[in-house]
Amino acid sequence: MANDKNNFQLVANGILAENPIFKLALSMCPAVGISTTVMNGFMLGVAVLFVQVFSSVTISVFKDYIHPRIRIPTYTLTIATWVTVIDLSLAAALPEAYAKMGIFVKIIVAFAIITMRLEMFACKEKVSSSFWDGLGMGLGFLVGMVVIGFVRELLGSGAILGYDVLGFKPLLFFILPSAGFFVVGLMMAFFNYIEDRYKRSKGQK
Amino acid sequence: MNVKALYTVLLAALVCFFLPAAGAAAEVITDKSFGEANEIVIDFAAPMDPATVGNTDNYTVYEKDDPDIRLQLDEVIVADDRLSATLVFADALNTTQTHIVTAEGISGRAEETFAVAQSYLGYLFSVLIGALLIKNFVFTKYLGLCVFFGTSKRKTTAKGMGVVFTLVMVTSGLMSWFFYQFILKPYHLTFLQIVVFIGLTSLTVQAVDTVLRKVNPVLFNSFGVFLVLVIANCVVIAVPLIMASNEYNFSETFMLSLGAGGGFLLALYLMSSVSERMSLARIPPSFKGLPIAFIVAGQFAMAFLGFSGLKLF
Repeated sequence: MANDKNNFQLVANGILAENPIFKLALSMCPAVGISTTVMNGFMLGVAVLFVQVFSSVTISVFKDYIHPRIRIPTYTLTIATWVTVIDLSLAAALPEAYAKMGIFVKIIVAFAIITMRLEMFACKEKVSSSFWDGLGMGLGFLVGMVVIGFVRELLGSGAILGYDVLGFKPLLFFILPSAGFFVVGLMMAFFNYIEDRYKRSKGQK
Repeated sequence: MNVKALYTVLLAALVCFFLPAAGAAAEVITDKSFGEANEIVIDFAAPMDPATVGNTDNYTVYEKDDPDIRLQLDEVIVADDRLSATLVFADALNTTQTHIVTAEGISGRAEETFAVAQSYLGYLFSVLIGALLIKNFVFTKYLGLCVFFGTSKRKTTAKGMGVVFTLVMVTSGLMSWFFYQFILKPYHLTFLQIVVFIGLTSLTVQAVDTVLRKVNPVLFNSFGVFLVLVIANCVVIAVPLIMASNEYNFSETFMLSLGAGGGFLLALYLMSSVSERMSLARIPPSFKGLPIAFIVAGQFAMAFLGFSGLKLF
């Protein structure tokens, strides 16, 4: 149990220091594919949060019974089970939003971020830490998706959550599917720049 | 893989499939096909009476899947030799669909019903091209990006990755098709599709790993490292899911997975060519690494938009 962080630090770590989208650059597919609106990003973020938390907890509970050599297939099947749960629940409860997300909910099963957290964290740590770590990672993904969705929706259609706030459409280009690459690329560059400036100002002091 | 044998089987299946439709109208109507975007051309065995053949009221046309939606017929142009008629529709036809045409009063018969469909091989080819270019998994469906950005630094890596990918994709795609059609569907277990498909994919990766290690150690040494990456990729699981939701048959699944794998290979190769050049360029520090890769990929994505609307048959 070589974990010296408290619960709050675990959550913050997922959102900031090891943000799955902007820092680890994992699970990029939905960040580019369906982040055209805040709502889409939020919905998929919630789905990922759910799968991450439940998979982490499941693996953490059963970690003593999993033989190390079959751990990866075990992770995959655990994730697949929880993805099936959220997939069927979303399809039943929110058919409209589900239709917009298309294949991406099912694709969560292949997200590198979830397997990575199980391998690096949940299979070693106790259940409560795994829960908080999963929550942090899920929230980090959720925040990343919402931020990208916010930028794209605001600049692309001049709206937030479907409400028109700007009254005009600054860059219609941003709402086009292929602009996802540009938005994510530019935002990454922007964060790099901020970090760089921050480090440099610290170094000068 | 014995492609010739496969095509022979395909052709045989195709003939069996279309024989009933062809037999019903064989006597009077010799041939029917899609013409321009909004046309169906019908050829007759003998000259017809332009008054009956040319009357739009004598035809009803609908897509096989939507019998309730009658397509709006604008006019019927009868050729000068009265051996063929062209049905001109108000809107462009969806030529991937089989269209059912019912004609009344041709050569004294009360009613004549026949199906108009694309050549099946042509349709299969369009599935392939669709997965390869028009709906390229990386640039227009945004799948498999983790591996795409991870392994597109050098051309040799990109080629190896693409080939291994195609191999795994085709194998797991066909296996998933078999399981879906013969186990999941008959026993109403389709809700288990995610678990089953990801399991099959892992199994395929493991199998390819073992077989390649024994059969061709040289190839394994150069490609083996990519096999682990395949499992963490969304494209591999997306192919069976698309197959299941579109109810593809065996040959369509084969073409889809081949196209998806080829498309991934193409994307990796294009990206790695640019990456090799970029390593020599002076890129602003904040854009170094992933950001510039994303922007290049965005430009590729825009270029691939140009393929939309591409139609070969």
